[in-house]
Amino acid sequence: MTTPADLKYTKSHEWARLEADGSVTVGITHHAQELLGDMVFVENPVAGRKLTQGEECAVVESVKAASDVYAPIAGEVTAANGDVENAPESINQDAYTAWLFKIKPDNAADLGTLLDATAYQTLVDSEAH
Amino acid sequence: MLKQTPLNAAHRAAGAKMVDFGGWDMPLHYGSQLVEHHKVRSDAGMFDVSHMQVVDLKGDASRAFLRQMMANNVDKLTLPGKALYSCMLNEQGGVIDDLIIYFMREDWFRIVVNAGTAEKDLAWMEVQREKLAPQLTLSPRRDLAMIAVQGPNARTKFWAAMPGSQEISEHLKPFQAVEMGTMFIARTGYTGEDGFEIMVPAKAAPFLWQALQEQGVAPIGLGARDTLRLEAGMNLYGQDMDESVSPLESGLNWTVDLASPRDFIGKQALTSQPVTRQLTGLLLLDKGVLRSHQKVATAQGEGEITSGGFAPTLNQSIAMARLPATLAEGETVQVDIRGKLLNAQVVHYPFVRNGKRLVA
Repeated sequence: MTTPADLKYTKSHEWARLEADGSVTVGITHHAQELLGDMVFVENPVAGRKLTQGEECAVVESVKAASDVYAPIAGEVTAANGDVENAPESINQDAYTAWLFKIKPDNAADLGTLLDATAYQTLVDSEAH
Repeated sequence: MLKQTPLNAAHRAAGAKMVDFGGWDMPLHYGSQLVEHHKVRSDAGMFDVSHMQVVDLKGDASRAFLRQMMANNVDKLTLPGKALYSCMLNEQGGVIDDLIIYFMREDWFRIVVNAGTAEKDLAWMEVQREKLAPQLTLSPRRDLAMIAVQGPNARTKFWAAMPGSQEISEHLKPFQAVEMGTMFIARTGYTGEDGFEIMVPAKAAPFLWQALQEQGVAPIGLGARDTLRLEAGMNLYGQDMDESVSPLESGLNWTVDLASPRDFIGKQALTSQPVTRQLTGLLLLDKGVLRSHQKVATAQGEGEITSGGFAPTLNQSIAMARLPATLAEGETVQVDIRGKLLNAQVVHYPFVRNGKRLVA
């Protein structure tokens, strides 16, 4: 699985995508779901919640373990993906389609502090060794 | 350096994700733990359990020695090949290990102990043997490998993989074993499904593994082994009980023989301690996943989850929890999951047996 070039990434294995309407969609990476294994539970933040960058805001649980999801950037939650809460296995099927929640960023420029696809891939490769 | 079983190369060739399991390099899964779980419930799967330790006890007074050593009563074993599940206790009544004893002959009992406790168990058994029955011999069989074949189609597929085995093993009742040459075939398991646990010389293990694979028996990792045993309501040593707790507070009353006048190590302690806790099943009513060590609040006081997880057969989270002894089945309790109190119901377990849901 390639790391999509149009997304931004965190060291804690979230991805973030800037949408045309200025919102930012957040999910966990393919590498993260591979480490966790079969997903069985997702707990998203509620719409309206204000997040600071790096704040624990969601939980994904696999058959193996629970894992925190951190806000890639600061902002207000505008939507949570109910479909993925009802079918957590969709994260295993395609981690980049199965988004978790959307944020209205406080400052879209914060995305610039995240990793690009090349840097993230390098991080994943280094963790594998 | 991790210890390897004779099937290590086979696991790697099958694309297993390998993990350090108590010093052993073992397969966690071969792709999807959920798929593997369902395969065992609906068809047949095989597990490498060669890390478990087989110990042969030999000599004329073997039974008398085991009468003193084990909380369960080996006098229940009358038919050759018959097996007994038992706890081995310390003087304080704590569980040193849980194990299976096979009665083969009056001068030969075979004991299978957990991998993580094998060294400790052997040391304890050696000390007691010296003291109680120095004429006996205890031999750890490190030359043997063990493969568990489990599922509704497990026995049929094993028979197809191993010509001649059907005639010898089809009459076996649950918890009974038979020898076939160098092979030891036992109708036991850790999944709540029918099947066999088969001991073979280490060198023969890859051939048996291969022959089973050719019959469509899927390799199953430790991940699914844990969810299968949890659904089946089977205790895991080190999690659901250990040396600090009594078997009477670990859901193992049925394995402790206090009825006969026989004395055994730990009996004195068991009969003098009050039983204030019990191991119960929990069914999570809210959404989430129960995990070991989560705290449980009940009307009768606090408790703790010993084993918890997602039950693939039930599509719901279940757990085994050590709770106040006075708590009744059907009561609702609250489990603290990351600071939130979620509702769970106290239920009778096992949760699943032979592919069927047993809890309402």
